[in-house]
Amino acid sequence: MRFTGFLLLVAGWGIDLTALALLKSGPPQNSFVLAGTGVQILGLVLAARSYIIPRGDKG
Amino acid sequence: MTPSSVPVLSDAVAVLCVFLILLVPCAWAGLALINTGLGRSRSAAHAMLASLCVIGVASLAYFVFGFSWQGLGGQPAHIVNIAGKPWSWIAAEPLFLRGLPLDGTPSSLALWLQMFSVVLAALIPLGAGADRWRLSAVCLSTAFFAGWTYPVFAHWVWSAGWLEQLGENYGLGRGFVDAGGSSVLQTVGGLTALSISWILGPRRGKYGAEGMPSAIPGHNAVLVLFGCLLAMLGWMGLNSAGAILLSRVEPGRAVLIAINTTLAAGSAALAAAAVTKARFGKPDASLCANGWVGGLVASSAGCAFIAPAAAVIIGLMAGAIVVFSIELFEARLTVDDPGGAISVHAMCGIWGILAVGLFARFRNPVPNDAAQWLAQLVGVGTLLGFVLPMTFGLNALLDRFYPQRVAADGERQGMDLHELGAGAYPEFFTHSDDFQR
Repeated sequence: MRFTGFLLLVAGWGIDLTALALLKSGPPQNSFVLAGTGVQILGLVLAARSYIIPRGDKG
Repeated sequence: MTPSSVPVLSDAVAVLCVFLILLVPCAWAGLALINTGLGRSRSAAHAMLASLCVIGVASLAYFVFGFSWQGLGGQPAHIVNIAGKPWSWIAAEPLFLRGLPLDGTPSSLALWLQMFSVVLAALIPLGAGADRWRLSAVCLSTAFFAGWTYPVFAHWVWSAGWLEQLGENYGLGRGFVDAGGSSVLQTVGGLTALSISWILGPRRGKYGAEGMPSAIPGHNAVLVLFGCLLAMLGWMGLNSAGAILLSRVEPGRAVLIAINTTLAAGSAALAAAAVTKARFGKPDASLCANGWVGGLVASSAGCAFIAPAAAVIIGLMAGAIVVFSIELFEARLTVDDPGGAISVHAMCGIWGILAVGLFARFRNPVPNDAAQWLAQLVGVGTLLGFVLPMTFGLNALLDRFYPQRVAADGERQGMDLHELGAGAYPEFFTHSDDFQR
């Protein structure tokens, strides 16, 4: 889960860069950048969840 | 002057910049006091010494490698053409600052400010690693940070890198805007703090068997609150000098910047006080202090381009973000961050970056100012998609070969006795072993 999370963070950034390089300014570019941000949020959630200490096993 | 070069300054403005840059070490002192006060008394001397070591290592690493990767606008850089547009990825300056004029020219002032800025950013992760981060590991991690992580991102934002050029190349407003360092200093430092917290794990006794976090209060609220006042002074210098030297705003805007910085910090502290009073019945001093710094952090990016009323809104939001974010990280995500570095510097830094897209009003409008929010969003995406994986990867690699967390015995004994052989407060008996339970 941790590896997938970090992979999604990088992938979301890749979507942002690709949208900048390949699309003209306008709604499609905006949508792709927003989609990249969405992918990164998912990645952040996965990475954070992988570090949550299970209940009863803390400290 | 090209849009991305260091500005030409009159002698009076150069003197003003020198004065402003000399204020920045107050922010170092402020952060060091805050980190120390929010930690345990048995680790207080260690925390202050770690701050001094970070200042030394960060300066040296930046001197040896860092500046050569970061460079200044208009100076040699490695540029890749992608789809016909130039993307400046990394500077090509000499190592050891060889041959650079250090004589009071605008370029040398910008370099000086950068060196002070990297130190401030490198101090941020100390708050997250308090009470369990070995001193030698702190130094090694700081060398990676100041020698590579910070300079690369700073080049992209402040040295005519591809983020700064988003406006020119792709019509996204003025490109990524960050006058005082909400992204370059604060969010990069805050994301490194998150990586350190993940890698080190929580302090022993922080989470009970039932899974609830136990409160480990800071040992000296006065240090923390005094640190906030010092930080304010440092931020005035940082925001103003950064805006003049790195974002090329007119020097007269230093007045607006100082007013905005004050309003944002004050509003954030009041918001944190109101939220903690509403939630817990009484205002919480440490959370209000974190809110104050969160307001400073959030104000940095847009301080030169927003109206005072917008600074108040940014501050109010930052104060609320700090309180809820600290609770989220501590209670839900089991991230032990004694100094609140992640919430204050990363979360409020990101808010400050996005706030530029919402509130910034530029004096000379360009055709695509409406797309400024997109440039800011791409900047946040770069922080999450490049800086966080890189700083985590570097610190995880370091931890693999050189464990960063102190041994269990050292944590019980206290970092002062274990690593330094003497405590900060030798005449007081301040320890309790309740964490062993």
